[in-house]
Amino acid sequence: MGTVQPTTPSQTVGPFFALPGALPWSDGPLVVPEGTPGAIRISGRVFDGDGAPVPDALIETWQADPDGRFSHPDDPRGPSIPRQATADAADRVAGNGAGRGAGSAGSAAGRDADPAAGGAGAAGWALGHGPGFRGLGRCPTDTDGRYWFLTLKPGPVPAPGNGLQAPHIDVSVLARGMLNRVVTRIYFPDETTTNEHDPVLSTIDEPGQRATLVAVAEDGGLRFDIHLQGSDETVFFDV
Amino acid sequence: MPDATDLRLPYYPPDHGSHPEPGFAGYHSTRLRTPHRPLRPLPQGLTEVTGPVFGHDRVGELDADLTRQHAGEPLGERIVLHGRILDGNGRPVPDTLVELWQANAAGRYRHEGDQHDAPLDPNFDGGGRCVTDSQGNYRFITIKPGAYPWRNHSNAWRPAHIHFSLFGQAFTQRLVTQMYFPGDPLFGQDPIFNSVRDEAARQRMICDFDLGSTVPEWALGYRFDIVLRGPQAAVFEDEEH
Ligand SMILES: [Fe+2]
Repeated sequence: MGTVQPTTPSQTVGPFFALPGALPWSDGPLVVPEGTPGAIRISGRVFDGDGAPVPDALIETWQADPDGRFSHPDDPRGPSIPRQATADAADRVAGNGAGRGAGSAGSAAGRDADPAAGGAGAAGWALGHGPGFRGLGRCPTDTDGRYWFLTLKPGPVPAPGNGLQAPHIDVSVLARGMLNRVVTRIYFPDETTTNEHDPVLSTIDEPGQRATLVAVAEDGGLRFDIHLQGSDETVFFDV
Repeated sequence: MPDATDLRLPYYPPDHGSHPEPGFAGYHSTRLRTPHRPLRPLPQGLTEVTGPVFGHDRVGELDADLTRQHAGEPLGERIVLHGRILDGNGRPVPDTLVELWQANAAGRYRHEGDQHDAPLDPNFDGGGRCVTDSQGNYRFITIKPGAYPWRNHSNAWRPAHIHFSLFGQAFTQRLVTQMYFPGDPLFGQDPIFNSVRDEAARQRMICDFDLGSTVPEWALGYRFDIVLRGPQAAVFEDEEH
């Protein structure tokens, strides 16, 4: 069985995706809520081919939970962290979703909710995640090209041939000047052995290129810089 | 609990021919922002065939109505913009987040980076979202955006467009695109539109005027279906793709 209908083309996200109520979510960088035990902060900067910071990129992450599972129908194992039925109700109280529909006062509250929680200028709508793990992160870069996330380290994920993939986070990079999203992966520096046997990392022979996919421990968190071009160009994938 | 060898994963074949030429030279900002090294193949595993699942209570009713976000109504031509999110097999994509953003009727974005000498509209921000229903349908109320100038080349103008962001149900399906309006005289000189080299693919970015969804004496209707990559039949994860 093949694809019978061709897809709608990609176009650049452009320079204006951060307008009020558009793509930045006030809780976008919070893959887990602040204060979650064991949460790690991953941050980095995005650079162009001249080594200049990219101040208008949008970084998105998608990852397994700490047991290497996904809350998705194609993962028959299901999530290891139970989603609570009250989660969405809690989100509403926080001022987004239906709360915004309550009239202009509710609308204003939703839009201005906790701008500090978002990325650069990210006052906006909250996606919400209830008390648990969302798997999804989104952060626009600031004027220094910096983005950040607060998350839990994913567990190893089953790989073809009954093997395991080293813990990793899939990353989408979108920006003005990029007509298609590009994809990279964040691997973890404390996983030396697992990384060595990872079916994706181990196919990259050049150590310098492999290193572009491994975050660096720094200031109690992790740093993952993204170079769109240049001698230290990040490895990007065709997924 | 099934172990890894019991996993059956869908495979989402790519459709490179429909997408822009990444470093399309006519769009000058690609020059320093398009990776130079060839992309490496990434086998589609669990991380790639899964994605966020959205509940309908994530968004409010009014999030899909860009004309009711302020005390007054925005200026411009009111439109109903609706359609379906489908996968490449023609199946609807239900429960997926659809986000859009756009300029106002004068061609100005509510964004500090937009220096176009056209008025902001105090009653229009330009962002909206909804979650598709069980048949993949979405529906927005908004105003038709204006064309706007940019500095890509001498006397460059973007055709009127609305930006869309879609997740689908898998990381492989993620799509950010722009929707254009039928018969725009600016298509020929726009390098972003023309970065899609396939003529038939370009047509898939243009919505249809839809008399059927027009609301008499209130708003014109436009229809825009969006097709994301579709999954092939499930395979055992330890089979080669
Ligand atoms: Fe635009």
